[in-house]
Amino acid sequence: MLAQVPILQQWLLLLAAFVLFSSFVLLAQARLVSAIHAFAWQGGLVAAVTLVVALAEQSSHLYFSALLTLVLKALLIPWMLHRLTRRLRIERETESLRRPALAIMAAVALVIFSYWLVLPMVEQDLTFTRNLVAISLAVVLIGLLMMVLRQQAVAQVLGFMSIENGLFLAAVSATGGMPLIVELGVAFDVLVAMVLFGIFFFQIRDSIDSLDVDRLNRLTETPEEGP
Amino acid sequence: MADLVTPWPWALVIAQGFLCAALAPWLVGWVRLIKARLQNRRGPSVWQAYRDLYKLFAKEARVAHTASPLFRLAPYLVFAATWLAAAIVPLVVVNLPTAAIADMIVLVGLLALARVFLALAGMDVGTAFGGQGASREMLIAALAEPALLVAIFTLAMTAHSTNLASVIDYQLAADIIVRPSFLFALGGLLLLAIAETGRIPVDNPSTHLELTMVHEAMILEYSGRHLALMEWAAQIKLLLYGALIANLFVPWGIATDLSVTGLTLGLVAIVVKLALLGAALAIAETVLAKMRLFRVPDYLNLALLLALLGLLIHVILEVGT
Repeated sequence: MLAQVPILQQWLLLLAAFVLFSSFVLLAQARLVSAIHAFAWQGGLVAAVTLVVALAEQSSHLYFSALLTLVLKALLIPWMLHRLTRRLRIERETESLRRPALAIMAAVALVIFSYWLVLPMVEQDLTFTRNLVAISLAVVLIGLLMMVLRQQAVAQVLGFMSIENGLFLAAVSATGGMPLIVELGVAFDVLVAMVLFGIFFFQIRDSIDSLDVDRLNRLTETPEEGP
Repeated sequence: MADLVTPWPWALVIAQGFLCAALAPWLVGWVRLIKARLQNRRGPSVWQAYRDLYKLFAKEARVAHTASPLFRLAPYLVFAATWLAAAIVPLVVVNLPTAAIADMIVLVGLLALARVFLALAGMDVGTAFGGQGASREMLIAALAEPALLVAIFTLAMTAHSTNLASVIDYQLAADIIVRPSFLFALGGLLLLAIAETGRIPVDNPSTHLELTMVHEAMILEYSGRHLALMEWAAQIKLLLYGALIANLFVPWGIATDLSVTGLTLGLVAIVVKLALLGAALAIAETVLAKMRLFRVPDYLNLALLLALLGLLIHVILEVGT
């Protein structure tokens, strides 16, 4: 039962639950700036999970990767996204999902699906963090769902970044973190991806005068039927 | 179990029921007082709610000539159902003889019964406002009730019982541990309590503006003792949700035996908990603005999501460990 679990692991479960909740917030948040804040919170929570795992397993390199996650995903990338939205003048942009309740229920279904996928692994009784794998898989799938459902390019990038958060969480919880060199490489990749996305935003806006990527589906320059 | 048939616990059951009814106006008066202070007003005294009820009981009850017998009957039914629901929630002491019927699903059922008659009474006279209020109340109720049940099932799955007394006993027996599913259920239940008791941001209890009122619209045609019963029932409902949240999630202090010290401590504990919850409610009502009616489904969706996440997190994270 939960009562026998040490206090650090209880905190771990709590933080993991909040990571999952932040994924839902990210999915349903209409205002772009608030979505970026939600993403920053998710990054901070993932960093906290890493820190708790580091404390529990006494592995020194996880301290470093917790710090890296905090700086990169909770501070640097949200700040870059903020600056981009300011420069693109879309800070006040809101973009609501067409059927928010349905999207949320789809995300709930994804959580159940990922739990079902992880079930054989849970029965094998690997490590104490095995339950977190289901949560991280759910975060990955919800990030994918977000990229499918959202039309706004910045929101899709947020979905992509939260997929990365989910993968990182899976790595930390299932294997006690990747080797440091891999982690540095991934962090650098994410940073480069962010810079490239920024350039893409400007390109997309220059060519179709909006960041609504659904408009990229149209090939001909037919007159607009409305916004 | 032998002492359960003695008259003493049953006397306590009745005393606790009357205490519920007696404390309810105090809670509403307390929330009003804190709200007034936050708005830089002196505000009425805490006892004003009692004076209002007394005044209404003394007045003559007028009934519209288009009203059916249901209109006269509804206040008594609403009051009785709400009071019974409140009386089975452990308030001061847990494990009374009524614990056997203190099932959470029964509780939701009793509240639904009260709500059905409230809505019927609203539509009975045939005025536009009554029907409008009833329709809005049903919109809120239809969305809130499933979420309420899911939040309750989260607790029930942890304690392996839908009985309120068993859940409280389970909580008291367990060590103080961090339980993510309870946090989510608490969040969902707080949102639902606000929606169900008609407080800001879902409904404003102190307005008669036709665009926004929900609960007030349904009882607009009532006067005198009928109105007093309806208002009292609403106050008891607020107390019920307060006691439910306070005793399910923070049960420490509630009396577990029938000793005098235990009972006194239980009484003090519940009054302090309700005062804190009431103050929190007053602060929330001051900070938040009432939302449009069409935003209410989104709000209740959030409550449902929190409750569902609590359930899922319980299954994923807490069962296996």
